[in-house]
Amino acid sequence: MTRPAPRPGNASDSILYLDGVTVSFDGFRALNALSLLIAPGELRAIIGPNGAGKTTMMDVITGKTKPDTGEIFFEGAIDLKAHDEAAIAQLGIGRKFQKPTVFENHTVRDNLELALAGKRGPFATLFHRLSAEDADRIDQLLGIIGLAKSAESPAGGLSHGQKQWLEIGMLLAQEPKLLLVDEPAAGMTDAETAATSELLKAIARDHSVVVVEHDMAFVRDLDCRVTVLHEGSVLAEGTLDQVSAEPRVVEVYLGR
Amino acid sequence: MFLTRHLGPGGWWFLLAIAAVAVAVPYCNLVLPPAHPFHANSYIVSLLGKYLTYALLALAVDLIWGFCGILSLGHGAFFALGGYAMGMYLMRQIGDRGVYANPLLPDFMVFLNWTELPWYWWGFSSFPYAMLMVLLVPGALAFVFGWFAFRSRVTGVYLSIITQAVTYALLLAFFRNDMGFGGNNGLTDFKDILGYPLQAGSTRAALFAASAIALALGFLIARAVTGSKLGKVLVAIRDAESRTRFLGYRVEHYKLFVFTLSAMMAGVAGALYVPQVGIINPGEFSPANSIEIVIWVAVGGRGTLVGAVVGAGLVNYGKTVFTTAMPELWLFALGALFIAVTLFLPRGVLGALGDYVEWMRRQKPDPLAHIEAQRQARREEAESTEHFLALAAQARAEREAAPAE
Repeated sequence: MTRPAPRPGNASDSILYLDGVTVSFDGFRALNALSLLIAPGELRAIIGPNGAGKTTMMDVITGKTKPDTGEIFFEGAIDLKAHDEAAIAQLGIGRKFQKPTVFENHTVRDNLELALAGKRGPFATLFHRLSAEDADRIDQLLGIIGLAKSAESPAGGLSHGQKQWLEIGMLLAQEPKLLLVDEPAAGMTDAETAATSELLKAIARDHSVVVVEHDMAFVRDLDCRVTVLHEGSVLAEGTLDQVSAEPRVVEVYLGR
Repeated sequence: MFLTRHLGPGGWWFLLAIAAVAVAVPYCNLVLPPAHPFHANSYIVSLLGKYLTYALLALAVDLIWGFCGILSLGHGAFFALGGYAMGMYLMRQIGDRGVYANPLLPDFMVFLNWTELPWYWWGFSSFPYAMLMVLLVPGALAFVFGWFAFRSRVTGVYLSIITQAVTYALLLAFFRNDMGFGGNNGLTDFKDILGYPLQAGSTRAALFAASAIALALGFLIARAVTGSKLGKVLVAIRDAESRTRFLGYRVEHYKLFVFTLSAMMAGVAGALYVPQVGIINPGEFSPANSIEIVIWVAVGGRGTLVGAVVGAGLVNYGKTVFTTAMPELWLFALGALFIAVTLFLPRGVLGALGDYVEWMRRQKPDPLAHIEAQRQARREEAESTEHFLALAAQARAEREAAPAE
């Protein structure tokens, strides 16, 4: 079963809308007039060879890098270029990094507590008390990511796969509307990879999710619409079978 | 209560120890006769009082460095500014008892042929106003400095160098006579505080007790901050700043808050230091002083608060002993100490002590315990993978059961 393809449309009926986004670093065009449209509730995989601009695209969406030209709108009306990382995170865009980045000196539970949606100001956190609902929510998340037993140990001691899941749990705790997930299966065993793809599909039931991935088996498992990036712009879009059949995609992947 | 809710048993013991010192030292000075073996003379009282203010200063540095990763190499500046604010009050207290017996101006202004008090000296004859300035002047400098530095995302070594430059600039500025702070000589020849003569034993004992109370309060505030969710955010910033930002926290606001708080604590420490040593001069702004504070914290163990206090005590005791026995060797000893701590005790005295206790505890029961622990960890990891696969199977079943769209 393939998800319904988004109707070709404009910014207003999308959760994420990129139009003609260009980013250059010292003359190198990391993104070249990139246009992309993610529909609300969609699960989308982004693939492409190294240097295709996948991570730069994530940086631009989350406010880490400002584009030279182009439009980026969230939920149709919010101009993401006008916001910084913290503001964009608060708007409801969560990001999982390629290398698992958790707070190693904090316990697994504290990692989730920090990620939990709530007021983010210094004075709000200074006088913060964990409510019963929040504590329940953390326990629930610990169950979802399978780390209930390690809840009180420092996150630095987790295995690579467990850190990836903790980070996914932190992403869920933020209650974002849109999740950007960078190579979630990198460095995982086959069993972990399979479990991760199921987890992402479960998450995609009530979130919009964009997954950047190299692992083709994993992308096939996700069973969703695929966008192929190459040299900073979209090369092809469609189901995995459709894009795999495109001669240009084959050329890019196999070399010319 | 808000201040005590994150204190824990260790924190209460520490407060109890400070309270005991606050009572015992004045008792040994005022009540015990000079012939008594436990009598503390006024030199000892002032010396220990000075250590207490240093401990508060170290606490302030540990709060930002140990918990938020902001390595300030200019915290001596906030200490000195607090000291100058207190010094200005003490100067106004002299009144017409100065060498020139001028009722309006401090001696050094008369000497410079000034005829009226500069505007920034106004109000300093009032003790409450001076105390307000002890907090506000260092706080305001830290706020303005932090506002620009943290918003521009200046971090790491660059931030350290700028803080060092700030204290050096202040050193040069305060050396100038026309700044109106006594230039090279600073402010001294104080007579009394709140009407009590500074040389009197009872005043010294009271200042000692005030320093102990300030240290205890500083510790309570620092514990309340680091134990709160804000403290967890600070550690998160220290360990993974950009990750914290992507969680939606405004890192610069957090840094600004804790940096300003820390500067105010340093200001209070300076204000208590000045009446006990009887002088404040631009030397307190010297970059070397600020570096020394960082060494105290490193020796004690950063990120522990108690360690900062212990480190300040240990290093300054060493300094007192060294500078009387072999003054020319002190700086070498300090340098060697810093290198030794960095190499052999990266978590400081307190961290090493904690590791030793942990090691002893592990040694006792079963030599194979750690192997069993490893096995257990591996088992748990396998279980969590299994849990995941179960979850996966369940999700798949649910999807297949759902009617096809």
